[in-house]
Amino acid sequence: MQRVPQTITEKILAAHAGREYVEPGELISARVDVLLGNDITAPLAIREFERIGVPVFDPAAVVLIPDHFTPNKDIKSAEQAKIMRDFARRHDLPNYYEVGRMGIEHCLLPEQGLVGPGDVIIGADSHTCTYGALGAFATGVGSTDLAAAMALGETWFKVPESLKFVYTGKLGPWVGGKDLILHTIGEIGVEGALYCAMEFCGPVIENLSLDGRLTMCNMAVEAGAKNGIIAPDEKTESYVRGRARRPYQLFASDPDAGYKKVYEYDVTGLEPCVAFPHSPDNVRPVSKAGNIKIDQVVIGSCTNGRMDDLRLAAQVLSGEKVHADVRLIVIPGTQEIYLQALKEGLVETFLAAGAVFSTPTCGPCLGGHMGVLAKGERAVATTNRNFVGRMGHPDSEVYLANPAVAAASAIAGRITSPEGVR
Amino acid sequence: MSEGTAFKFGENVDTDLIIPARYLNTSDPEELARHCMEDADPTFASRVKPGDFIVAGANFGCGSSREHAPVAIKASGVACVIAKSFARIFYRNAFNIGLPILECPEAEEIPLEGRIRVDLQEGVIRVVDTGKVYRARPIPPFMQEIIGAGGLIPYVAARVKK
Ligand code: SF4
Repeated sequence: MQRVPQTITEKILAAHAGREYVEPGELISARVDVLLGNDITAPLAIREFERIGVPVFDPAAVVLIPDHFTPNKDIKSAEQAKIMRDFARRHDLPNYYEVGRMGIEHCLLPEQGLVGPGDVIIGADSHTCTYGALGAFATGVGSTDLAAAMALGETWFKVPESLKFVYTGKLGPWVGGKDLILHTIGEIGVEGALYCAMEFCGPVIENLSLDGRLTMCNMAVEAGAKNGIIAPDEKTESYVRGRARRPYQLFASDPDAGYKKVYEYDVTGLEPCVAFPHSPDNVRPVSKAGNIKIDQVVIGSCTNGRMDDLRLAAQVLSGEKVHADVRLIVIPGTQEIYLQALKEGLVETFLAAGAVFSTPTCGPCLGGHMGVLAKGERAVATTNRNFVGRMGHPDSEVYLANPAVAAASAIAGRITSPEGVR
Repeated sequence: MSEGTAFKFGENVDTDLIIPARYLNTSDPEELARHCMEDADPTFASRVKPGDFIVAGANFGCGSSREHAPVAIKASGVACVIAKSFARIFYRNAFNIGLPILECPEAEEIPLEGRIRVDLQEGVIRVVDTGKVYRARPIPPFMQEIIGAGGLIPYVAARVKK
């Protein structure tokens, strides 16, 4: 039989559809390894699921995390979280993560070994694409999709076309995964990868830490992509070894696989990037930011709330003070990251600098709580979206940047690179 | 196989054109159907008959993720939407609520208000007058089952009870 060259995305989907190969554009039904819901989307999915009237196909495959408005900020959000908690108890779901044991979902699942290479993961949250960094196929779906998959253990997909992004050259100081993805989105635009798989590769990606890779895949959806993906390598394996709760499988794209388009970026000389309001593709190098005074800095979220990110921010903040006019809010992605940051002395660095250090939560990332902006206020955030009103008042502004730039800006009181304060 | 009139629309038909936000205070399909495509063609809702088709250009259904859009189209009796391409969320929502859709690269060539005969299984669109045939990717059997059941939730409910 003739071998059909395939991309990593196509191979994972084919394996879960019980097929030799799949083609872009084709509709398939595929087995799902992990299903994710949060305190906003799960209550809706639960209502639909209960209309079906069956048990969950595999209680261990369903992961429910109250992370958006928790610890609950008001009565309404408490009621939503309760629907999810009650459901988890009723169905004996082992992977419900209560406040105090939880984390921001897209930080928690990789950390806890709930997702691994070769998995198919759907989540009723658009940033589910994060797990592509482990060499999995992961994508955001609606609550109805989640409900149906909880009953069946499978769902349908349209196989995406793949776009290949090859990064060569050498990354400069203070430049990392966040800058690579912001630069890429700036180049191709917020619809540049519409419906496609974004496959990141090249020597720069091979040298990038797992945390940096998770940051990149996290923001694939900001370019309109269905999923982001990075072929698993040594680094991936050493990350998942000892964590993975199920056997995992390593896939790689065939050298002659078909791509809709190939982009090549030489990133030597790339500066830290800043996405200006109100779109993640409105990207400028930090040196061209101009004199933008800021009121708040948020370091955290599923994009940049991991150990690498906190270490970077602490490195910049060490021995420095947050500007008198700025509120710096630092939010670790998970309880484990919180504890590790404590052990490494990072928390002390943040507190000594005059920052707030919070329990894990999405909080300000979506303007939920823990740092909502007033009219006319400006924030630098390590999050992923800077749409109108994303962090609070419709007349507030969010500038997206990496943790080092965010920390430096907190010290300077205006957008600047770490070089500007050291 | 069904036969009906092709109501044609252009590119980037967004969810606000399909069902204006001012009517979103209801989720009653019949009520939504009365305002279907209102801002694109105010006569559509009164002229469309069960079994007719919507034919459009690229990126049909872009905009919000509201499920009301495919619900309004389905309730208006449209047998299938044929477009050059669909926006991602509309695409998922359409199948999940049981509205058949076909992606046809030459959708724009289908004659305005012409009679067409469509075979969803085969993905074949035939213009009745001229016999001209356009091809779309056929809808796979399991997707047809979802549509036949009236959407994803009833489909799953029926399947698990077997
Ligand atoms: S941190 Fe922000 S982007 Fe990530 S899951 Fe929470 S709200 Fe969504």
